[in-house]
Amino acid sequence: MSLRRTAATARRVLEQLRHDPRTIALMLIVPCVLISLLKWVFDSRPQVFQSVGAALLGIFPFIVMFLVTSVGMLRERTTGTLERLLTMPLGKGDLLGGYALAFGAVALVQAVLASWLTIGLLGLDVAAPVWTVVLVAVLNALLGMALGLFTSAFARTEFQAVQFLPAFVLPQFLLCGLFTPREQMQTVLRWLSDVMPLSYAVDAMNKITRDGTVTGGLVADMAIIAGAGVLALALGAATLRRRTE
Amino acid sequence: MMNFAVDIRELRVVRGGQTVLHDVTAQVPTGSVTGLLGPSGCGKTTLMRSIVGVQKVAGGEVRVLGLPAGSAALRDRIGYVTQAPSVYGDLSVMENLRYFAAVLGAPREDPERVLAAVGLESKETARVDRLSGGQRARVSLAAALLGAPKVLVLDEPTVGLDPVLRAELWGLFHRLAEADDPVTLLISSHVMDEASRCTRLLLMREGRILASDTPRALLESTGAADVEGAFLALVGAAS
Repeated sequence: MSLRRTAATARRVLEQLRHDPRTIALMLIVPCVLISLLKWVFDSRPQVFQSVGAALLGIFPFIVMFLVTSVGMLRERTTGTLERLLTMPLGKGDLLGGYALAFGAVALVQAVLASWLTIGLLGLDVAAPVWTVVLVAVLNALLGMALGLFTSAFARTEFQAVQFLPAFVLPQFLLCGLFTPREQMQTVLRWLSDVMPLSYAVDAMNKITRDGTVTGGLVADMAIIAGAGVLALALGAATLRRRTE
Repeated sequence: MMNFAVDIRELRVVRGGQTVLHDVTAQVPTGSVTGLLGPSGCGKTTLMRSIVGVQKVAGGEVRVLGLPAGSAALRDRIGYVTQAPSVYGDLSVMENLRYFAAVLGAPREDPERVLAAVGLESKETARVDRLSGGQRARVSLAAALLGAPKVLVLDEPTVGLDPVLRAELWGLFHRLAEADDPVTLLISSHVMDEASRCTRLLLMREGRILASDTPRALLESTGAADVEGAFLALVGAAS
């Protein structure tokens, strides 16, 4: 891996985003609008917003980055730029690292903005320091990016890439503990939920709203999210083949 | 060995159960402008992909500059232009070239140099997806000229270009090949009249090499008036 090539790749990905202000606006504003809507919908039952608001702060970055990366990487594959890069002295680590740096930076802005809105303006009560919310959100964004990168290898068209969102993300969304606490699920569902990384994002956010300090359990959840991200990146790297049919 | 920049021995490529290249043996002399001519679908692109090391091969050997094709040491010494321009449509011309230059570790002023070489200085800040097809192809070519490639593999680089520009690009290819430190060029085309601009020719049909010679020797041996005639004579002789 080379720092110069990784940084150049991150810069290139950010330049592509800069030429697409509508996508930037969607990435930053849509989560804020949805969280505000949630607050409004449950106006008469504020405990609902209190129980799922933080979890959503963790889930949105995951979904957004999954989509953006899977379509972006699919474009690299179909337009031949990926093949060109792989004939050049660019390591797979440089490419993946560049994407992670660029989208990590966007995720940081998104997380700060959404956390400020949710905690500052909409009055979500968070017991732990706010930076833990931002950190979990960024880790989730990187996990979403890594999974998007991996799944893009199985899509031939952008239509398929987008369809991977319901296929890969919605089951996690249903089982992550947002709708029913995970400990109340049927055994089989509980097992499934245990192996899905998004569950740990929701667990982490629940601990953050409940416990005043950074507990060992919270650190363990974050480590699991980060570990799942690294695993997905490694799987993604394995799909970047220099030689193809 | 090293007087051939590209040395292909009994290369066989199978794609989707179909043999696309049938034990192809061919050489590209160092410093030549070699035309790879043949009808669409005859395996030109597959042969080129094998040379740059992105094609899975079923058998045989390809060596470039004395090294096995696809070696890490070759990655900043081969420039490859695919048939469809492989550049970022959502970036400006200059942003594309700066990125590829950074990946190659090319000098800082290299993007300006290659842009001038393909005659696109005026489009520096234009977004690539707003350019015409021919202009996009030139951006892709410019990216392949970055750094100091010793071998250029160009898949149909002049298709659809204005004749004046085409003549200019062929002039550029010859200047590169005749430089003190010569570049070897392998250029594919399905247009036979580009043959006269090459110093050597590889004629291809249905995954096999029909002939490998200079344009003049090819016409003399077949007695044909042009390369298209020579191609027909060779196909007739083979069947």
